[in-house]
Amino acid sequence: MSAILELRGVVASYGAAPVLHGVDITVDNGAVVALLGANGAGKTTTLRAICNVLVRVDGDIRFAGHRIDGKSTESIVRLGIGHVPEGRGTFEGLSVDENLRLGAYVRRDPQVAADFDRVFAHFPALAARRRQQAGTLSGGEQQMLAIGRALMMRPRLLLLDEPSFGLAPIVVAQIFSILAAINRDEGMSMLVVEQNAHHALALAEQVYLLETGRVVMSGPPSRIAGDAAVRRAYLGQ
Amino acid sequence: MSRGAAKIVGLAALGVVACAVPFVASSFHVFQLTQIVVYAIALLGLNLLTGFNGQISLGHGAFYAIGAYTTAILLDKVGFPYWATVPIAGALCFGVGFLFGLPALRLEGPYLALATFALAVTTPQLLKVNALERWTGGVQGLLVEKPGSPIGGVLDADQWLYFLSLGVAFGLYLVAWNLLRGRTGRALMAIRDHPIAAATMGIDTALYKSLTFGVSACYTGVAGALGALLAGFVSPDSFTILLSIHFIVGVVVGGIASIGGMLFGAAFVTLVPNLADRISQAAPWAIYGAVLIAFMILMPTGAAGFARAVARRLFRGGNQPI
Amino acid sequence: MQAFLHQLLSGLATGAIYASLAVALVTIFKTTHHVNFAQGELAMFSTYIAWSLIQKGLPYWATFPATLAVAFVAGVVIERVVVRRVEHAPVLSVVIVFIGLLVICNSLAGWIFGFSIKAMASPFPSDAWYGSAYLSAHELGMIAVTLAVLLCVFLFFRFTRLGLAMRAAADNPESSRLVGVRVGWMLALGWGFAAALGAVAGMMAAPVVYLEPNMMTGVLLYGFAAALLGGIDNPWGAALAGFIVGVLENLAGAYLVGTQLKLAVALVVIVGVVTFKPAGLFGRRLVVRV
Repeated sequence: MSAILELRGVVASYGAAPVLHGVDITVDNGAVVALLGANGAGKTTTLRAICNVLVRVDGDIRFAGHRIDGKSTESIVRLGIGHVPEGRGTFEGLSVDENLRLGAYVRRDPQVAADFDRVFAHFPALAARRRQQAGTLSGGEQQMLAIGRALMMRPRLLLLDEPSFGLAPIVVAQIFSILAAINRDEGMSMLVVEQNAHHALALAEQVYLLETGRVVMSGPPSRIAGDAAVRRAYLGQ
Repeated sequence: MSRGAAKIVGLAALGVVACAVPFVASSFHVFQLTQIVVYAIALLGLNLLTGFNGQISLGHGAFYAIGAYTTAILLDKVGFPYWATVPIAGALCFGVGFLFGLPALRLEGPYLALATFALAVTTPQLLKVNALERWTGGVQGLLVEKPGSPIGGVLDADQWLYFLSLGVAFGLYLVAWNLLRGRTGRALMAIRDHPIAAATMGIDTALYKSLTFGVSACYTGVAGALGALLAGFVSPDSFTILLSIHFIVGVVVGGIASIGGMLFGAAFVTLVPNLADRISQAAPWAIYGAVLIAFMILMPTGAAGFARAVARRLFRGGNQPI
Repeated sequence: MQAFLHQLLSGLATGAIYASLAVALVTIFKTTHHVNFAQGELAMFSTYIAWSLIQKGLPYWATFPATLAVAFVAGVVIERVVVRRVEHAPVLSVVIVFIGLLVICNSLAGWIFGFSIKAMASPFPSDAWYGSAYLSAHELGMIAVTLAVLLCVFLFFRFTRLGLAMRAAADNPESSRLVGVRVGWMLALGWGFAAALGAVAGMMAAPVVYLEPNMMTGVLLYGFAAALLGGIDNPWGAALAGFIVGVLENLAGAYLVGTQLKLAVALVVIVGVVTFKPAGLFGRRLVVRV
C-alpha cells in the first residue's frame, strides 16, 4: 500500500526554538493514523508543519510522492489536504453556507452542490442553520462546520487537530462515528491529533506517540494501549 | 579610547563648535542654525512621546503653534518680556498636553495617530476663527518683535537669540537625558513595548502616559515660543499638517528613541527644504516621502541607529541607550 | 424651511463623497487593520489623471471607468510593492509609511500638474431638467453615482466567488490559506478597490472644491469621521455614516458654528467617537486577547 503522506526527519521551529526534533511519520493511503501525546508534545506543530502554517520547517515532507515542504500553505492545500485546525478556525463573521462555500473554493467541478447535501446529511444540525452567522454557533456545531468545510474540498487527506476539544462526550462520539463512516465509505486518509486518546485509538489503525518533539513509540493501537507505562503516562490509567 | 570617553570628547567638540560658529557665520546662517536648535527641542519633545513611550502623535505642530501664539499674544497684547513668555508657553502646553493625554489613554496606535492627525489638520482653521480674532490676529496673524541683545557690544540680536535657544536646548536635553536613563525611562519604554506587563508590574501606566504627553507638549511648546521669536511673526498657515509631518520626518531620520539623533533630524528638516527647493517646489516633499518609506523599510533605527552600529564596530564597548 | 431642506439635501450630496471615501478606508482597515492616511492623496492623484484624460479629449463617460481602472491598478501595485514590506512591522512604522505615501502623492501631483487651481467641469449639465431649487444637477448626480457604485461593490462582495474570498481573508487570514485563498493577493485587491472608490470620491469632489493638490485633506478628515462613526470595520455602516456626516457638517455650518469651523465638526466627531464609542454606531466591539 502506498503512502499518502510521509514525514522524514522533520524539524519545526517557532522563531529560533525548535519544537519538533526530527519526526518520522507515515500515513498509508486510506488509513486513519492517530498522533497522541501530552500537552506541548508538538502534535499541533506537526500538522502545522505539513501545511507550512506559522512554523519554519526543515526536513522532507511528501504528499502522494511529491515534496511539499517549503511550499506556501495555499498551494499545499490545493493538492488535496483538508486541515481542520486547532480552535476550529471558522470564519466567524460569515454564514454557515459561506463557510462551506469557501471549503470548496479551489474546486471548479459541478459536484459542489451535491457535496453540500452530503455534508448536511452528515451534520443535520448545520442544515437548519445555513444562514446563521458561524460565530454564533455552539462549540460542537462549529466543530462540525469546520469538518464540513474541510470535506467540501474533497481532500485526499484530512488533518484534524483535536476534534474533541471542549465538546460534550456525546457530541465527540457522534463526530468520531461520522469520521469512521467517511473513512470506510470514501476511503479518505486521515491524520488525527488528539489528547483524548480513547476515541482516537478506536478509530485509528496506526498510532504515533509524540513526546517533546520526538516520536517515542509507534504501532497499532493494541500495542500502544497494551503498554502499561504508556497507559499510565498518557492514557490516564 | 573607550566608547564612553569618545562620546564625551565628541560632545565637547560639538559644544565648542556650536559656540564658535555664530561668530564666523553670516546672519542668515545664524538664523538657520537657531532654527535647527529650535526644531531639535521640538523633535525631542515628539520623540519622548512617540519614540520612547510609543504614543503616536501626528499633531505636534498644534503644540508648536500654541507655544508660538502664546509668546506672540503675551508680547503683543499683554506686554510681557520675551524671556518670560517662553516658560509660560511651556507650562501652558504642558497643561494642554496633559489634558489631551487623558482621553488619549483610551486610544491605541492608529486611532491616536488619527485623532492627532485630525487635530493638526484643523489647527489652522481654529486659529483663524473670528471670535478669537482680537487675540490671534485672525488670518493675518501677529507680528513678534525680535528680542534685542542685552549685551549689544558682544552679541548682535541674531547671535543672542541663537545662544538663548542653545542654552534652553542644552538644559532641556540634560533633563530629558537624566529622566530617560533612569527608572522613568525604563518605565516609559516598558509601557511602549509591553503595556499590559508594565501595568501588572505596578507601573501606573495612565499617569506616566499622561505626564509624558504633557512633558512632550511642553518641550514642543517651548520650541514654538522660541520659534516665534525667531520668525518674527505667527500666522495660522504656518502651522498646517505639514509642520507636524516635518516633525515626524525629523524624528524618523534622526532615530526613534534616540536623543542625540534629534539634532541630526532637526538639521535634516531645516536644510532639505532650502536645498531641494531649488529643484522644484515639490521636491522637498517628494524627498521626505521617499525618506520616510525608505527609512522604515531599510533603516528603522534612523541615523542614530546607524551611527550606533558604526560606533559599535569602531569602539568595542557595552550597550548604551543613546 | 426651504433653506433647511436645501442644506439637508446639499449635505446628502457632499455626504456621498464622504461615503465613498469612508468605504475605501474601511475596506483597507478590515483587510489589513491599517489606517490609510494616504487615501485622500491617492484620490486626488486619480482625479488629476481624470482631468488629464479630459484635457486630451476623452469624453467623461469613458474617463470615469478609465480612471477607476488606473486607480485600481495603482492600488494593487502600491500594496504589493510598499505596504507588503511593512505588513508585520510595528504600528509606528506602518503609520509613517502611509504618511510617506501621502507626502509623495501630494508632491508628485504638484510637480507634474502644478500647484495652481484647476477647474474641473461636472459631468452633469447645469441646466438639466432634473435639477431643482433644492438640489443642483451635480449634487443629485453625486448621490446617484455614489449609490450606484456602492451597489456594485455590495453585489460583488455578496455574490461573487472572489468577493467571498476577500471577505474570508479579512475575517480569518489563516483559515483562508487553509482553503486555498491567496491572502496576499486578496489584500492587494482590497487596496485596488479602495483606490478606485477614492477616485470616485475625488472625481465627485473636484467640481465642488476645485482641483488642486491639497483638495482632499479636509475631505479625508470627513471620510475618517464617517468611517469611525459607522464602525471602522463595517463598510455599510461607513457608507451610511458618510451621508450622516455630510448632513451634520452642512447643518452645523449653517446653524451652529459657521462655515469657518466646519472642519472642526470632523475633529469633534473623530475625537468623540474614539473616546466614547470606539466601535462606532454599527461596528463590532473589538476584544483584544491579553
